[in-house]
Amino acid sequence: MNFAFLHKYAALMHCYRLSRALTPWLAGASVLLFAWGLVGGLLLAPADYQQGDSFRIMYVHVPAAWMSMFVYMAMAVAGGVALIWKLKIAEIVSRACAPLGASFTFLALVTGSIWGKPMWGTWWVWDARLTSELILLFLYLGVIALHGALDDRRAGARAGAVLALIGVVNIPIIHYSVEWWSTLHQGSTVTKFAKPSIHIDMLIPLLVMISAFQCYFAWTLLVRMRSEILAYDRNASWVRELSREHGA
Amino acid sequence: MSGLEAFLHMGGYGAYVWSSYGLAAVVLIVNVVLPRRAERATLRRLARREALGESHDTTS
Repeated sequence: MNFAFLHKYAALMHCYRLSRALTPWLAGASVLLFAWGLVGGLLLAPADYQQGDSFRIMYVHVPAAWMSMFVYMAMAVAGGVALIWKLKIAEIVSRACAPLGASFTFLALVTGSIWGKPMWGTWWVWDARLTSELILLFLYLGVIALHGALDDRRAGARAGAVLALIGVVNIPIIHYSVEWWSTLHQGSTVTKFAKPSIHIDMLIPLLVMISAFQCYFAWTLLVRMRSEILAYDRNASWVRELSREHGA
Repeated sequence: MSGLEAFLHMGGYGAYVWSSYGLAAVVLIVNVVLPRRAERATLRRLARREALGESHDTTS
């Protein structure tokens, strides 16, 4: 199959302009969703009968943890596409995902730790869920390091993609860790196949916060992609023109 | 306890809840501010190159 037609759509100038056009809308939608989720999670949801108000940490912890895996898969798939079809835009997506995913992973680990202290009596245990999530953070940091390690940013993107693809092994381990090993971490509250084990008044803010994080990710990914695009296409005439306008 | 005090107290878990939300706010805001700054810095660098009349930028 001939994928040459993709290059037309992958033209970086169009992506840059599309990013400029979409980011204000995504920013607005993120702010609205966060506002809705925060009001629902902090004010409207009733306190948990076992965990009291500490369960409200869930509204940042669960979306962050969920995004840490989602962004990793996006980074790995984009990296795979970059390796196979040598598409610059896939390299750029993969590069832009890494620091965002690392941020979500960091947030999931730290908010989990803050939640664990009052509920489990400890900031940290070396159990399967926590350890595999920590490994995810190290994978992200490794990919970021590879992205910056080579003078040629395209070679750096490909090196990062190889590590990202190897690290995909860790994703099902994180997901199933609470079922495969005995752990302090509680099981899933929301799954695709079963009725969620959570009251609807607590569930709605969680779903809203997850959409807010998704929307925020789309927004900041597009913002991050812009500086990558400028660097990738720095010798193209459209970037030179843009920088002349900027300098004027 | 007033309504606001009770809200901030979070049933005794205030320090845990608010530090989690505060950290989340910081991480999310930093991830908007830094990339926007990086884009402006890249444009400034490229604008300087144009001003100097260099034909080709080899730095990455």
